[in-house]
Amino acid sequence: MTVSALELERRRYRAGRARRSVWVGIASTLVFAALVVVGLSLTPGWPVVRSTFFDLGEAREAFPRVLQGIWLNIRVLLTSAVVILLFSVIVSALRTLRGAVFLPVRLLMTGYTDLFRGMPLIIVLYLVGFGIPALGFFPRLPAEFWGTLALVVTYTAYVSEVFRAGLEAVHPSQRLAARALGLSYGQTLRLVLLPQALRKVTPALMNDFVSLQKDVGLISVLGAVDAVRSAQIETSLSFNFTPYLLAGLMFVVLAIPMIRLTDWYSARLQRREQMGSIV
Amino acid sequence: MSPLLRLEGIRKSFAGQEVLRGVDLDVAEHEVVVLVGASGSGKSTLLRCINLLEQIDDGRIVLAGDDISDPRVDADRVRSRIGVVFQHYNLFPHLRVIDNVTLAARHVHKMGKTDAAGRGLRLLTRIGLADKAREYPDRLSGGQQQRVAIARALATDPALLLLDEITSALDPELVGEVLDLVRSLKEQGATIVMATHEMAFARDVADRVVFLDGGVIVEQGAPDEFFDHPREERTRRFLARLAH
Ligand SMILES: Nc1ncnc2c1ncn2[C@@H]1O[C@H](COP(=O)(O)OP(=O)(O)O)[C@@H](O)[C@H]1O
Ligand SMILES: [Mg+2]
Repeated sequence: MTVSALELERRRYRAGRARRSVWVGIASTLVFAALVVVGLSLTPGWPVVRSTFFDLGEAREAFPRVLQGIWLNIRVLLTSAVVILLFSVIVSALRTLRGAVFLPVRLLMTGYTDLFRGMPLIIVLYLVGFGIPALGFFPRLPAEFWGTLALVVTYTAYVSEVFRAGLEAVHPSQRLAARALGLSYGQTLRLVLLPQALRKVTPALMNDFVSLQKDVGLISVLGAVDAVRSAQIETSLSFNFTPYLLAGLMFVVLAIPMIRLTDWYSARLQRREQMGSIV
Repeated sequence: MSPLLRLEGIRKSFAGQEVLRGVDLDVAEHEVVVLVGASGSGKSTLLRCINLLEQIDDGRIVLAGDDISDPRVDADRVRSRIGVVFQHYNLFPHLRVIDNVTLAARHVHKMGKTDAAGRGLRLLTRIGLADKAREYPDRLSGGQQQRVAIARALATDPALLLLDEITSALDPELVGEVLDLVRSLKEQGATIVMATHEMAFARDVADRVVFLDGGVIVEQGAPDEFFDHPREERTRRFLARLAH
C-alpha cells in the first residue's frame, strides 16, 4: 500500500513530537531528582539519617534474615488469600438468602461484617493472637497461625461485602432466566450469579489483595518471625534502621506485579465496557 | 380432551394493586394462544404466574392434569417442564452460546455433557446458528440472541412454551427472523402462550387471540373474528388505538 507524501509528512511530524515529549519527560525527572537529593543533603540531620537508614553494609548483612522472614509473609499471604476468598463467597451467599427462615443467619452475617469492618486489624490481631490461646483450649500453635486467622476474620468481612455488591450488580433478569429454566436457588447462584459477580468485582478484589500484601507484615506484633520482625531483630543488634527500609522495599517488590496487573486489568475492563460489550 | 393448561380464577395483586382479577383460560395441546392488551394490562404477570415465578393470590393452575399451584409441588421441576423467553434477550453473558443452550439439560435434567452438547448443536442447527455455538452472546445480533434464547427454552423439551413480547426489544429488521422461528415451532406442534404487540403476526400464527384488560379476559376468539368483528366495545377501542 502506498502512502501519500502528505501523510508521510504528517507521520514524520507526529514522530518528532513524540520524541521531543520523551526527552522533555526524562530531563524534567532528572532535574527534579537532583533537586531532591541536593535539598536533602543540605539538611542539618542528613549525615545521621543517611548512616542509620541507608547503610549499604547493614543492608547486606541483614539481607538473608529479612529474606527468610518475607518467605513467611508470602506463605501467610497465599494461605489467607485462598481462605478469605472461600469464606467470602459463603458469607455473601448467606447474606443474599431471602425469607423469614433465614433471618437469624442474615442477622448473624450482618453483625459479623459490621463488627470486623469497623475494628482495627491490629486489635483483632491482639484479640485473636493473645486472647484465643489464653483460653487454654487449643493446642499450642505458632504465632503465624493466629496471625493468619486474624487476617482471615478481618478481610472476609471486607471481601464478602465486595462479593455481595457484585451479586447485586448482576441484573435481576439473570436470576429470573435461570430460575425459569428450572435451576434451583443454589444452582442459580453457582452457575449464573457468582461467575458474573466475580468478573465484575475482580479489580476490587485485586486491590484488596494488594492491601492484604502489606497487612501480612502486621503478624509480627504476635511474635511471628516475618520480614518485619527479622528487621527488628537485626536493628536491635546494630542500632541501625536500614533493615526496616530493606524489609519495606521487599514488600514493595512483592506488591508491584499485582499493582501493575490490577491497573492493566481495570483498564482493559473499562475499554471493553466503553466498546459496549457486556462483561 | 382435557386441556394441557387450565387457569381457573387466577388473581394477583402487587402492593394492593389488583393486576389479575380472576383469569380463566384453557390451552389445548398444540394450540397457540396469543395474549394482547395494553401495556400494564398484566400479560407478563400472567405468564410469570403460569411459570410459578410469581405466586398467585387465588385460583388454580393445572398443567397436564397436575395442580402446579399446590405449594407442595416442586416448583423447580414444574419450571423445567415450561420453556420461557422474555422480552429482553437475557442470555447468560459469561457462557458460550452452546453452554447457554445446554445449561438446563445438564444441571436440571442431569444429561451427560456429550449428550447435552449433541442435542444443543442439533437445536442450534435447527435455528440456523450452529456456526455461533462457540461464540459469547455479546458477539450476536439481537435477533440471533433472541433465537438462541428460544433454543435455550426448547432444550429441555418443555410441554409448554411461554413467550413474552420476544420481539419488542428488537430492531424492526430483526423481528422477522424471530417470528419465522416461532411460526416453524407452531408447525412442529408446540403449545405456545405468547404476549405480543405484533398484531399482523398474531393474526397469522394464533389459533386464538385473548384480550386482557382491567385484570380480566374481556374477549377471546379466532384471529380473523377477533380482529375483524370484535364483539366488545373495549376490544374495539383497543384495536382502534393500535390502528393509529
Ligand atoms: N414485581 C412487581 N411489583 C410490583 N408491581 C408489578 C410487578 N410486576 C408487575 N407489576 C405491575 O403490574 C401491572 C401489570 O404489569 P405487566 O404484567 O408487566 O403488564 P404487561 O406485561 O401487560 O405490560 C403493572 O401496573 C405493573 O406496574
Ligand atoms: Mg409485559
